[in-house]
Amino acid sequence: MSTPTDLTIAEARDLLGRRALSARELTEAHLGAIERLSSLNAFITLTAERALADAARADERLARGEARPLEGIPLGIKDLFCTEGVRTTAASRILDGFTPPYESTVTRKLWEAGAVCLGKTNLDEFAMGSSNTTSAFGHVVNPWRRRGDNRDLVPGGSSGGSAAAVAARLCLGATATDTGGSIRQPAAFTGTVGIKPTYGRCSRWGIIAFASSLDQAGPIARTVRDAAILLRAMSGFDPKDSTSADVPVPDFEAAVGRSVKGLKIGVPKEYRLPGMSAEIISLWERGAAWLREAGAEIREISLPHTKYALPCYYIIAPAEASSNLARYDGVRFGMRVDPGGDLDDLYAATRAAGFGAEVRRRILIGTYVLSAGYYDAYYLKAQKVRALIARDFDRAWEEVDAILTPATPTSAFAIGEKQDDPVTMYLNDVFTVTANLAGLPGISVPAGLDEGGLPLGLQVIGRPFDEETVFAVAGAIEGAAGFDALPAVRA
Amino acid sequence: MSLDPETVRRIADLARIAVTEEEVARLQGELNSILAWIEQLNEVATAGVEPLAGAVRMQLRLRADVVTEGDQHEAILANAPDRADNAMGSFFAVPKVVE
Repeated sequence: MSTPTDLTIAEARDLLGRRALSARELTEAHLGAIERLSSLNAFITLTAERALADAARADERLARGEARPLEGIPLGIKDLFCTEGVRTTAASRILDGFTPPYESTVTRKLWEAGAVCLGKTNLDEFAMGSSNTTSAFGHVVNPWRRRGDNRDLVPGGSSGGSAAAVAARLCLGATATDTGGSIRQPAAFTGTVGIKPTYGRCSRWGIIAFASSLDQAGPIARTVRDAAILLRAMSGFDPKDSTSADVPVPDFEAAVGRSVKGLKIGVPKEYRLPGMSAEIISLWERGAAWLREAGAEIREISLPHTKYALPCYYIIAPAEASSNLARYDGVRFGMRVDPGGDLDDLYAATRAAGFGAEVRRRILIGTYVLSAGYYDAYYLKAQKVRALIARDFDRAWEEVDAILTPATPTSAFAIGEKQDDPVTMYLNDVFTVTANLAGLPGISVPAGLDEGGLPLGLQVIGRPFDEETVFAVAGAIEGAAGFDALPAVRA
Repeated sequence: MSLDPETVRRIADLARIAVTEEEVARLQGELNSILAWIEQLNEVATAGVEPLAGAVRMQLRLRADVVTEGDQHEAILANAPDRADNAMGSFFAVPKVVE
């Protein structure tokens, strides 16, 4: 048997089921790994005692032959999911001391499926960022290193702690959230698999809100199959989320390995950006060639409004954020700074001290685009452009079954790079943000290494609620790519 | 549209975020660079396009108008930075609002 921390979820499930491995051994191996590799700063809060208690209960059920789908599987939970009785921070000072009195629907489903909670993973503050450098709890270090370069690299963001933890073998899988690319970009930067399902697939209830019309939960794992196993457990209708979709949850795992023969795969010409690196272009072409060899038909398609997706997002997301984050006022929970004036002074002082620079910037942009006199010019305009972006995809689905793109325009960059102006950082999400605006499922699969030995990902986008085709195509890419490179730092 | 320092202060006030004069100058530059980049949306012809508010074009559900959970005073107040307990009940405490 390989080291417990090197197992996939599917392998661990099999060994646990055959009683060849105990949930306790598996959990202890991961807790040890987290402790040894604490320098990655992937976790904000460890729940070691809880994990061991979860594992003990899992072992009892396994012994009784009553295993549930994730019985004994140790997971990391992005610290944006509220967990009852366990401190939840959103990586922000403003939630200082906050312990949720309730459990998010997605995590509740995971515990009901038998999963073990290892702890809460680090992220960009309020999930706003692409580098995990905006966390109030310090940046996360990518377990990968560029060849011949000892600098610490970013793991991507905002789900950087989840991605780094999965890549470094600190957990078998992790929850994440994606508003503009926050699952797929860190997955691409760490050589892991991350899927953002269709908007409405996973309940948003109990997930700290960033931009409610874009936020969607999903898993990060080391294989496409593992991502499918986790997504199935996380999905499902929830009356507590008014945008939760009342549709059946298919067996996503069964779709992994399904043939892609006869599928039509679109390659959007607008994703070939000016100045795009030759490495990314050749990776993309290789991906298309693999799918063609597997029997799919590759078609060039046009998504004409692609260029406007990021500026559109940077109106809509901050607008929604400025509204969602109004609740952090120093009155009901979290930090309070009282400068000794009136209530407005308390609000303003608390919010100035509690929010980091990027969060403040986005709240201010959002407040401006929603303010009297500017609403039509910015917010309404962006909603119209959003409609056109969604229409581009509607038209594409008349021609193709899935769309293949690069996941990110570059591989992981060094901590401190791309910080000169906010817009440079925003461009990281150029390939991922369209799926959020249109509400579509998108997956990032590791597909190769760049010349510095860093992982690069390909993205597959699918029709609404057709994650099964997305998993089938991703599985074909995974099989053809044979990606078996390992990060420099791992348990 | 370019923001002047007065507008930056006004937005910060609307957002209830205290800013120093130093921050106003820095924010003015950052916000203007973001807004200049956003303004490329003006190139897009959107006459007659219905704005799209959500990611899935769905009808929002109505739920039955019944109490689903209640009587959770303690859970709700558990995270309060400051609270007041008196003969009238338990409350979030804030600086005096009405003289």
